[in-house]
Amino acid sequence: MSILEIRDISKRFGGLQALDNVSFTVQQGSIKALIGPNGAGKTTLFNLVSGVLEPDSGAINFNGSPIQGLKPYQVAACGIARTFQLIRLFPRMSALENIMIGRHVHSRAGFVAGMLNLPWTCREEKEIRGKSLEIMRFLGIEGMAESEANSLAYGQQRIVELGRALACEPKLLLLDEPVAGLNMRETSEMAKLIVKIRTAGITVLLVEHDMTLVMNISDEIVVLSYGQKIAEDKPLGIQKNPEVIKVYLGEEDA
Amino acid sequence: MARNKYLRIAIFTACVIAIQIITSFAGKTPYLTQLTMAGYYSLVIIGLTLLMGYTGQISLGHAGFFAIGGYLSAFLTTYNLIPYKDKLVVTWLAKTGALVMRQDLYGRDILAVQPWAACILAVLVTIAIAYVIGRPVLKLKGHYLAMATLGFGTIVYKIVLGTGLLGAADGLSDIPGFRLIPGLEVSGKAALRIQNYYIAWGLVILGVTLLTNLIHSRVGRALRSIHGAEDAANAMGVNTSQYKQNIFILSAVFAAVGGVFLTHFNGGIGPSEASIMKSVRYVAIIAIGGMANLWGALSMGTVLNFLSLRGYFGSYDDAVFGFILVVIMLLAPEGLLRTDLFRDIRKRFQHKPSQEEQSP
Repeated sequence: MSILEIRDISKRFGGLQALDNVSFTVQQGSIKALIGPNGAGKTTLFNLVSGVLEPDSGAINFNGSPIQGLKPYQVAACGIARTFQLIRLFPRMSALENIMIGRHVHSRAGFVAGMLNLPWTCREEKEIRGKSLEIMRFLGIEGMAESEANSLAYGQQRIVELGRALACEPKLLLLDEPVAGLNMRETSEMAKLIVKIRTAGITVLLVEHDMTLVMNISDEIVVLSYGQKIAEDKPLGIQKNPEVIKVYLGEEDA
Repeated sequence: MARNKYLRIAIFTACVIAIQIITSFAGKTPYLTQLTMAGYYSLVIIGLTLLMGYTGQISLGHAGFFAIGGYLSAFLTTYNLIPYKDKLVVTWLAKTGALVMRQDLYGRDILAVQPWAACILAVLVTIAIAYVIGRPVLKLKGHYLAMATLGFGTIVYKIVLGTGLLGAADGLSDIPGFRLIPGLEVSGKAALRIQNYYIAWGLVILGVTLLTNLIHSRVGRALRSIHGAEDAANAMGVNTSQYKQNIFILSAVFAAVGGVFLTHFNGGIGPSEASIMKSVRYVAIIAIGGMANLWGALSMGTVLNFLSLRGYFGSYDDAVFGFILVVIMLLAPEGLLRTDLFRDIRKRFQHKPSQEEQSP
């Protein structure tokens, strides 16, 4: 069963055709990777799925219902959470508070309830805190709950951001270059976490340049080049695909 | 956290009571008049702190909302409806009890809107205006938001200054007291001085309690996340434009309530309340209080407004607040009321900005 269906998506920025009739699906419970050279349209595609941008044409269906044109916060409420290529944690907030923001879509205290501090909002706050700590334990970062997010090491910030997305309890997790800037040890830790997240039943769609990681953990790979899909296959098939080799290694002289 | 939060409110309440007792014993009860006024300005300041300090949305137009509240209440409670006595609307309003008959300074009969009705209407109109202004303006960020709100403030100022019905440059005067409940009246009569001090600071305590609760709630967290990284907050499911709109309206209501009460307390309001320098003053006070620091803004606001109202700054009044803004931005952009302030200032004089300051 497919959880995400991208159908004939096109997006143009002025004279640049960032995406041209791209279609693919993401199977429930799988890890799918989106690769391609710089400028291939990977981030544009992420921004379309997460609601930052609207497609010029085509459809994006999540769990059978269309989500194109929804605002990012509405997409989040549907059950899609994301991380960012350049870490976007909330400064002046602790790691725990950052993750607690992820619980926003699963709680409901509004301005009036918040100002009056109604008994049920206290219970809700406790629940948010408890659930967020649980996620920190799941990721092995419970020790840094009270540290200010921006004071953490880069690799830890990546994990906190991952935790924030997980706190949304998404059905689909979008990871935009989750190991960019991480060293080898941190990368292999992140790979383990991603697999662990999939095992917990969350579908993952990731953009990544680290080919070792992509080949190791993904079930399927989509390759984009200049806004077009040039291949979609299992990792082994992608490695042998002549089109992909051409794009990545340049054309071989005959 | 929760216990600490109510402890602060309790200490603050104790301070309010202590100041009244001390001034009374010292025979300085006239001070209570300026302290009462400072209390109403504090309402504007704490509301604006939520918008500026916590949510990160600057407004250089909040004196406008203060003036809208004050002027509306002043106009409604002084505009004589006797010439329109037989009009259907007026007779209907009189029947609902929204109008009262009283006598002005010269003993003439005046039929005008009852203060409670005027106050409620003033707040509702403020909400409507904040809604209409907020929707387009809050799409802007940084300098552009500052300029747009400055524009709004200028418009309000020029309107009250140029409208004859609102007394033009003289403003409105002879505004009746505002009887909240029998025995409790907002008015500048010397006999009611202590009572009015407690009305003003009771309102501030109420406001601070509501806002402290808000800051420590799910909504407060979402507001701070907007300040930190708006796009990320949105991606995490926070309806950022709605939240910005709501906090803008809430802060405008705080300003308008301050305006309504201060106007009835003073018995008048003039265009200077709507001036840009008033808005700048509110911003300067929040900056010196530490931006995202409700208690800092409240205490600095009380002290500075009190000194200003007592006339300690003389004719340099506005210059003092401008100076504060410059110095704070240069030396302590995180505000004065912090424990690590001196370390930061020393660092600033020792060498070039450190890495920590440059990190986003």
